[in-house]
Amino acid sequence: MTPPQRKRREPKPPPPPQPPAPQPADGEAEPKNPERLYTVAGSEDGARAELDLVTLIVARDAPQPAASPEQAAVLRLCANPLSVAELSAYLNLPFSAMTVLITELITAELVQVRAPIVRRAVPDRSLLEAVMHGLQRL
Amino acid sequence: MDFNGSDTIPGPRTEDHLPHTAQAAVKIVIVGGFGVGKTTMVGSVSDIRPLTTEETMTQAGIGVDDNYGSESKTATTVAMDFGRISVTDKLVLYLFGTPGQERFWFLWNGLFEGALGAVVLVDTRRLEVSFDVMGRLEERGVPFVVAVNSFPDAPRYPVEELRTALDLTPEIPIMECDVRRRASSKEVLMTLMRFLHSIALTGALT
Repeated sequence: MTPPQRKRREPKPPPPPQPPAPQPADGEAEPKNPERLYTVAGSEDGARAELDLVTLIVARDAPQPAASPEQAAVLRLCANPLSVAELSAYLNLPFSAMTVLITELITAELVQVRAPIVRRAVPDRSLLEAVMHGLQRL
Repeated sequence: MDFNGSDTIPGPRTEDHLPHTAQAAVKIVIVGGFGVGKTTMVGSVSDIRPLTTEETMTQAGIGVDDNYGSESKTATTVAMDFGRISVTDKLVLYLFGTPGQERFWFLWNGLFEGALGAVVLVDTRRLEVSFDVMGRLEERGVPFVVAVNSFPDAPRYPVEELRTALDLTPEIPIMECDVRRRASSKEVLMTLMRFLHSIALTGALT
């Protein structure tokens, strides 16, 4: 029996710079992303910090009585470092809503952010070796 | 929103807490068709019980990538399961099992762009389901290995026949695995890491 046949693809060149998005008539500067739904977070302009699924969030302090229930929940969960993905899972919030909530906490200096290590054109060998050693211990 | 007071929200179990020394995380994406075993693989190697993160997309986004200007706002939930492995007390590895359709990938910031690499999990009964995924990864320059989840009733092909069918260059590893077994899933991840390491040594992804 012969398996079905695929055809290999080549890497695409990086996309050309996007033309500036058309400005809405009311003069609002932030382009809205229609796929993302914001339901919990209170920030008005929807601005979000650059958060990856695996950005680690750590609370700077225990939640204060003035904190909203959502903020208090995040701060309690982040007593130890926790990824944005895990926060989203434990709080049952869509990832995009989670990033807005965390952006508020960053702005209020209530949490610390530990950025992920991302893939580079030339991979970092010592990083890969560390991951391999870690996996070998499983 | 189902927020029944923050005190009742279940968090990680005490043994699942990351140490305060955890400085940074890396991620690997496991991608494949529905039912191919992505979540099983995540669960078999994860330190924690697999979790699910969700994202909402509008109905207009289903099957159509460019839905700007559309008036339809019916929300659909797309879920992604993931697990975690503590590599060292400073470094954490996350594994994300994601659907093969590229239209879901943009829902999560940097899902593939930031990943160290990807595992394409295939089922030889539905080999063609994985064709588009591999093409998309090639276009994006994401290094990947191919793991064939050996279902008992699936046709078995010699690796070189699979390599030809999948039109993969000779250096891309292809292996059989049984993702229900921790050792087998671990070997798949190790194969990906060795492949990434060889890329680091030669300095190029062909």
